[in-house]
Amino acid sequence: MFKQIWRNLKGAFTIWYRDVLRYVRDRARLVTSLAQPLLFLFVFGDGLSSAMTNLGGGHLDFKQFMFPGILGMTVLFTSIFSAVSIVWDREFGFFKEVMVAPVSRAAVALGKVAGGSTIAMFQGAIILILAPFIGIRMTFGQIVVLLALMLLLAGVMTSLGILIAARQRTMEGFQMIMNFLLMPMFFLSGAFFPLNNVPLWMEWLSKADPVTYGVDPLRQVILRESVPPMVLEMIRLHPIRTDVLIMLGFGLAFIVPAVWLFSRQD
Amino acid sequence: MSTNVIEVEGLVRRFGNFTAVDGVTFNVQEGEIFGFLGPNGAGKSTTINMLCTLLRPTAGRALVNGYDVRTQQSQVRNSIGLIFQDPSLDDRLTGRENLQFHAMLYDVAREEFKRRADEVLRMVDLTEKADAIVRTYSGGMKRRLEIARGLLHHPRVLFLDEPTLGLDPQTRRHIWEYLLKLRDAEGVTMFMTTHYMDEAEHCDRIAIIDHGKIIALDTPDRLKSLVGGDIVTLRTSDNERAAEKLQTAYHITPRRGPEGQLIIETAKGDQFIPQVMTMLANSGTPIEVTSINLRRPTLEDVFIKLTGRAIREEEADQAKDFMRMRNRMWGGRGMHG
Repeated sequence: MFKQIWRNLKGAFTIWYRDVLRYVRDRARLVTSLAQPLLFLFVFGDGLSSAMTNLGGGHLDFKQFMFPGILGMTVLFTSIFSAVSIVWDREFGFFKEVMVAPVSRAAVALGKVAGGSTIAMFQGAIILILAPFIGIRMTFGQIVVLLALMLLLAGVMTSLGILIAARQRTMEGFQMIMNFLLMPMFFLSGAFFPLNNVPLWMEWLSKADPVTYGVDPLRQVILRESVPPMVLEMIRLHPIRTDVLIMLGFGLAFIVPAVWLFSRQD
Repeated sequence: MSTNVIEVEGLVRRFGNFTAVDGVTFNVQEGEIFGFLGPNGAGKSTTINMLCTLLRPTAGRALVNGYDVRTQQSQVRNSIGLIFQDPSLDDRLTGRENLQFHAMLYDVAREEFKRRADEVLRMVDLTEKADAIVRTYSGGMKRRLEIARGLLHHPRVLFLDEPTLGLDPQTRRHIWEYLLKLRDAEGVTMFMTTHYMDEAEHCDRIAIIDHGKIIALDTPDRLKSLVGGDIVTLRTSDNERAAEKLQTAYHITPRRGPEGQLIIETAKGDQFIPQVMTMLANSGTPIEVTSINLRRPTLEDVFIKLTGRAIREEEADQAKDFMRMRNRMWGGRGMHG
């Protein structure tokens, strides 16, 4: 019994370790992963900032507003990609080997969630380096809280990714997932525009979008030292504690069926 | 007294209405190389997947190392090694790291791993390449690393699903040399599937499987003796008429080859050839024999004899094969084993 638990823990650790090792090894990815956020932040940000002068009663720069959204985007995409990669990996890769190892499938799925989340958090942490260039100051304490929030969001999204990938056998459906799930989740999350004054239909869709509850607390923590509290009050959606609780709820709602589906034997 | 390492009784697997494996029964003895030979879609991989606990049997019973594949999955998995049809290495990690991950998954102690990794790497001649990234390996080297990995945790049975699929003939031969060497060194039992006839010859015993059923099970030699003696292949100026002549003169109906040539099974081919030549030359309008060939029967002939069909390789799923090929060759340097 104890041996079985130990073995499964070791198995989950192995899956996590492999993801992290691959990530660290891949220098090219570390650099290229900055390209898209830079593009969004400076091209999009500078381009739109003249049109977005009313943000926070005119006291908030658009790039500063958008920065937490870009963190959220990075975490969202990295988590989903790393989770969905198991589809390919299971047919033509290392996961074939994992699936016949004497380790429970639940441990495998949880190890993958841990691995994908860790990587997504690392990716987010790299984006944080850009903060000083757009005039955002942060204390060490803020950064720690941000890392924890990113890890939570990453966990939620990786679990969703595993849920999608659990019974999939080919990558054919992947483009559809991108178009009908990932992009809407990203756009509706309030990453690029405030959700305080949107039409009702969008408001409801945004409320159903788990990413919304990831971007909202990131924004509140990041801007805490850079903008007046009154401005922050105008653009935030929920208290951080509420966001965190809702994210935990989403996480649970994804991970339980994900592990169950993944564990089912054909 | 040999013991059975694998015992299978009435194993069935259905996918919806389709019965992929239709009640197969066989035993594999300790130290044996046991082959499953059949065309694509015959149920070979489905059987191997059930024995390795990747698929649940619809009916029947299977014991591997005495463990039930339904109820004792963990024990089964722990006691077997598996070489997949498709590559299953992490090609961004080194060879040794791939082995290390395997050791972690199978709970092999650190000291034991170090010793054993060197040992298996030496067996497949990869000691020098062990710390290179797998992506720089050739197709044959990747395969060898997978074999080494499959043996790392001292399994009692090694399952090999089409171990040489997608490799060139020379590399295939090399892989076989390694497999035979390993069997002698480790005394491990091997269960393999293949649709390459020439490879099946290496097995101690072969089960020929078609449409989910075992249609013959014996040693390669005894299977070949099912075919009557020799195979004579005949090409003539008029194959149609030659076939009729053979029918009237010897009451044999020749099988037709892909180019219309006549294929005849006969007990004593060396004596049969001159008779045929004379007969065809002296028959009204003479029929000219353009080529004649005498050979011993192969397993392909056995399969044709039993099913009336040839095992055709183009039946393979070409898209998947292409991906396989690309996967194996990608970043590979040359194709030598």
